[in-house]
Amino acid sequence: MERIPILRMGRLLLVTIQVDMHDRLAMALQDDLTERIVKDRARGVLIDISALDVVDSFIGRMISNTASMARVLDARTVVVGMQPAVAITLVELGLTLDGVRTALNVERGVKLLESESD
Amino acid sequence: MTSAHTQQLTVILNQHQQNLLENWLTTLTSKLGRKEKSGEFEIRRQAEQFLSLLARTLESGAGSDTDGNDWADVRHLLGEVSRTRALQGFSSLDTASFVFALKEPLFDHLRSILGEQPAQLAQEIAATSSLFDKLGLYTIEVHQKAREQVILRQQQELLELSTPVVQLWQNVLALPLIGTLDSARTQVVMESLLQKIVETGAMIAIIDITGVPTVDTLVAQHLLKTIAAARLMGADCIISGIRPQIAQTIVHLGVNLEDVTTKATLADAFMIALKKTGSRVTVQNTEQ
Repeated sequence: MERIPILRMGRLLLVTIQVDMHDRLAMALQDDLTERIVKDRARGVLIDISALDVVDSFIGRMISNTASMARVLDARTVVVGMQPAVAITLVELGLTLDGVRTALNVERGVKLLESESD
Repeated sequence: MTSAHTQQLTVILNQHQQNLLENWLTTLTSKLGRKEKSGEFEIRRQAEQFLSLLARTLESGAGSDTDGNDWADVRHLLGEVSRTRALQGFSSLDTASFVFALKEPLFDHLRSILGEQPAQLAQEIAATSSLFDKLGLYTIEVHQKAREQVILRQQQELLELSTPVVQLWQNVLALPLIGTLDSARTQVVMESLLQKIVETGAMIAIIDITGVPTVDTLVAQHLLKTIAAARLMGADCIISGIRPQIAQTIVHLGVNLEDVTTKATLADAFMIALKKTGSRVTVQNTEQ
């Protein structure tokens, strides 16, 4: 079965979403990610969506949920690399991803997480 | 509407075209006044074209339905004339009088031909008059459309002109808004802001609303949307340039701006932005 890779960078985890999300893939990602956060004792999660041209309410909710799960496990989530068009669409949909941190790119996201854990 | 009317008109147009043209032009130029005298040559050319086209159309047996296919050539010419005049800034009255001015010389000819038969003369004049009324109204319509296009284009240009995004400092953008924010403008503002955030990697965007005359719930909602979109791109927004009156309006309307950093002036907002990005401006003591 198709899976979304999770990369470890020190005490951060990097998830790069490059394919269309669907229910089972999202479930698998949440399973894998929570497991890895516990196993790797991760302090932060970066979700890179720079490759997504379209983000619908489903993906938006999935990201929010994933962030909440990570938060429960004491890891902060930062969504990075959102395209301008995607940001506009999400705002028009009323999905402002409250409670999720955002950053322009992975580098900024890492900096944000590192400055917080200090 | 009878074929007799078209025949009579065709006869006049064919036999007295030159005379008709001169009379028409005299009326036209006298009506146009002094300032358009330079365009006399142009008017003459258009008038000649119109007369010959009209003669040809009537000769081919076209009916009185000016919207029909038979009149396509005439309509095209009139449309052309009216469009150029609209762009040159003539009023719709000036444009329509181009056609209406032909009535008088035509009636003169009709009168001289049918002077003996008043009943037929009245009928002829009524038919000719209604024909030219239709043509005249058509020019007004085209004129109006051309003007509307001009207004539309200007609106678009204004939209582009009025939404600049400037870089104030490393990682700091400023967005001075001038004029009322409607949804179409918000869209443009949002797009250009987000694009600039990607280009410059800015972390702070200052939205200055000094030039926004009024802030109602809709404008506030548009502002909040822009801020939310910028936040999704990882940039924080500061609203500056809030006038005392607008602050009062915002509170009276119950708009919630509590999650947004707001400052009274752009300078204050800039100071906050510098602090957040870790920069500092110091005044050098020049006396030492």
